[in-house]
Amino acid sequence: MIEKALRGSAKYWLWVCFLLSWVLIGFICYLYQLKVGLGITGMSRDVSWGFYIANFTFLVGVAASAVMVVLPYYWHNYKEFGKITILGEFLAVASVAMCVLFILVDLGQPMRVFNVLRYPTLNSIMFYDVVVLNGYLLLNLLCGWTVLHAEYKGTKYPSWLKPFIYLAIVWAPSIHIVTAFLYQGLPGRHFWLTAIMAPRFLASAFSSGPALIIILALLLKKVANFDAGKKAIETLSKIVTYAFIVNVLFFLFEVFTAFYSGIPGHKAPIQYLFAGLHGHAEWVPTMWLSYILAAIAIILLVVPSTRKNETTLAIACIAVFLSCWIDKGIGLITGGYTPTPFETITPYRPTLPEIGITLGVWAVGFLILTILYKIALGVKESHELVVKMKEEV
Amino acid sequence: MEIKRRDFLKILGLGLVGSITSANFLFRREVKAQSYIAPPEALKAKRWGMVIDIKKCVNAQPDCKLKCVEVCHKLHNVPSIPDKKKEIKWIWEDEYEHVFPEQPNEFVAKIYAHKPFILLCNQCANPPCVRVCPTQATFKREDGIVMMDYHRCIGCRFCMAACPFGARSFNWVDPRPYLAKVNPEYPTRTKGVVEKCTFCYERLAVGKIPACVESCPDKALIFGDLEDEHSEISKILKERFSIRRKAELGTDPSVFYLI
Amino acid sequence: MYNADKVIPGIIILILFFTLPIWLNVGRLEAVPEVELPKEEKKCVESKEFMRREHMKLLDDWRIKVLRENQHVYLSGEGKNFKISLQNTCMKCHENKEKFCDKCHNFVVTHPDCWTCHIAPEVAKKWK
Repeated sequence: MIEKALRGSAKYWLWVCFLLSWVLIGFICYLYQLKVGLGITGMSRDVSWGFYIANFTFLVGVAASAVMVVLPYYWHNYKEFGKITILGEFLAVASVAMCVLFILVDLGQPMRVFNVLRYPTLNSIMFYDVVVLNGYLLLNLLCGWTVLHAEYKGTKYPSWLKPFIYLAIVWAPSIHIVTAFLYQGLPGRHFWLTAIMAPRFLASAFSSGPALIIILALLLKKVANFDAGKKAIETLSKIVTYAFIVNVLFFLFEVFTAFYSGIPGHKAPIQYLFAGLHGHAEWVPTMWLSYILAAIAIILLVVPSTRKNETTLAIACIAVFLSCWIDKGIGLITGGYTPTPFETITPYRPTLPEIGITLGVWAVGFLILTILYKIALGVKESHELVVKMKEEV
Repeated sequence: MEIKRRDFLKILGLGLVGSITSANFLFRREVKAQSYIAPPEALKAKRWGMVIDIKKCVNAQPDCKLKCVEVCHKLHNVPSIPDKKKEIKWIWEDEYEHVFPEQPNEFVAKIYAHKPFILLCNQCANPPCVRVCPTQATFKREDGIVMMDYHRCIGCRFCMAACPFGARSFNWVDPRPYLAKVNPEYPTRTKGVVEKCTFCYERLAVGKIPACVESCPDKALIFGDLEDEHSEISKILKERFSIRRKAELGTDPSVFYLI
Repeated sequence: MYNADKVIPGIIILILFFTLPIWLNVGRLEAVPEVELPKEEKKCVESKEFMRREHMKLLDDWRIKVLRENQHVYLSGEGKNFKISLQNTCMKCHENKEKFCDKCHNFVVTHPDCWTCHIAPEVAKKWK
């Protein structure tokens, strides 16, 4: 099947080269970081996680969302999702690959990463996160690839795969819950210490991930002549609508709890992010942008005519994706570290090399995605051709 | 019998994995049975703790020139990095309002408002940093000291997120260029690992109390076994009112501030 | 076999590539490194053969005992006591890392990262 990725139009190769050049830029930046240390980033003693972990957290959500197309198809036999399950599974593979890379580039001693497996520590949530993430990566690769391979051969997928498919479905929420537990179990970080963290992670995952699948499906329709089916997109857009509204509601619950109780520790991070605190307002415009995008997205998604129109739906989905990326990425991380344990504020801004490495990782992810999608669409296309020829004969 | 290429590759792969693991077992020899002992002169305790006598400490400053900080950082090769964001510190001072932010009080006694307090790792009895560390690079010893194994630290900084006291520092860059002088008897750290105060475990092993306690000219720091009823530290804690930083979080700090 | 004209040269090139270190180092065996041994002290914590074979394991054991188990003294096979410390025990006799450790390590192209934290005697002298 891999040969499908090796033959493509000039546009395909141009896109691959474009991604490769970003990978190269990211790699050069990373070599610099490897040499000098994480000091090249904007992180500090007080804000000791930054852009990398923010992107990691967001992408765990995108990965988990594959379940939103796989579950209806395999569990409820919802045939309309037949064509896009593979898009979901391969998106999960690419996202988890990015997650793993983001963790790796965030380590101070990346050469020692296997210490996590050499000294398995059952009381560390990080250990479980490594296990569930890698398990999810393997499960999706296995399920996606085997089903596609069966299609390539013109057969149905083998029956032994069924348990793995179900396991992948049950597994999906776990990666997100465990990632939320990384944060919500820490004493003294008021912004993170909330039981609604895991549900909120799930809600934002089930909106931002399917939103990306919709964007990708609409894009593939334009550039690759692949039609996911009108019904599938409609159902998916409804999933996005509900999940995203729940996500924003969860945030408002947080705001209520913090401000009605009036507890300073709970209010401070939200004040810092949305209004500024002690003369620091580094992230105020970005956070407001996130919620303005959220408002636009909700309006476009709730009104049936704009939800059904492909152009406005695409705009809404991009708005959902960006809004979640800001809110759950950088907002969550800087909010957790601000104010510091000393109730002071140390501003955080990512540096250029840090952004370079981040873009490099995203480029790797999109490269994996491009190759996997090229294979998937190639197989589906030749499969359709065979069916058509048989009909003509 | 014909073997398909696919199967051949599978067998090859399995064989490779198998031989590597068996080779690993065959060649794993243990060092001869030599033994290790704790030196007899070592100081021992059930739970080490520290008391900081605030009145003495605040009154002595700035005349004492923060001797405790200077001595500790010199002894342990702690670099002085000018960039506040990347700085490394094991013991330092900060004003009352930052040390006890959970005790906001507009009418705080004059002797404490904006006065410098000494800060260091609390050596918690229930340390969240240890709970979250994925490699046991930071762990709690039997005598209560929260240790750092720099050999094992992968630099994930989860412990820094977990510590509610800001006691941990990360080596964002190689610390050596920031060391004007070096103590050749103690290591430095390398870039990419987290470090903090370890209650001078290396001095306890040779029968000495922590350097900060020993060096304080005003005897404002008291070090001892919290679980020994007859120790100086236990007696003083019974007699006088003391507070701990963010005790409500349940980490059970072993550093007490006498008021 | 299909494409034998491509596969066989490919395999040969692969084998040559992976055995490159052997070809590059043919004849270099004469240059076995000579380490500078301490002048005053004649005996290490264990026998020469043991140290040659097991020093890495011993050092690894040492650091685990000191840091993780609070055992600061090593009782050697001969019953002698040694304070466990790379900087304060080993390097008190082996006064120069470059002339001792590095000699062999460089020869066998192995680079343990002890010295990014531990301070070699010659480095400490130059520090000032």
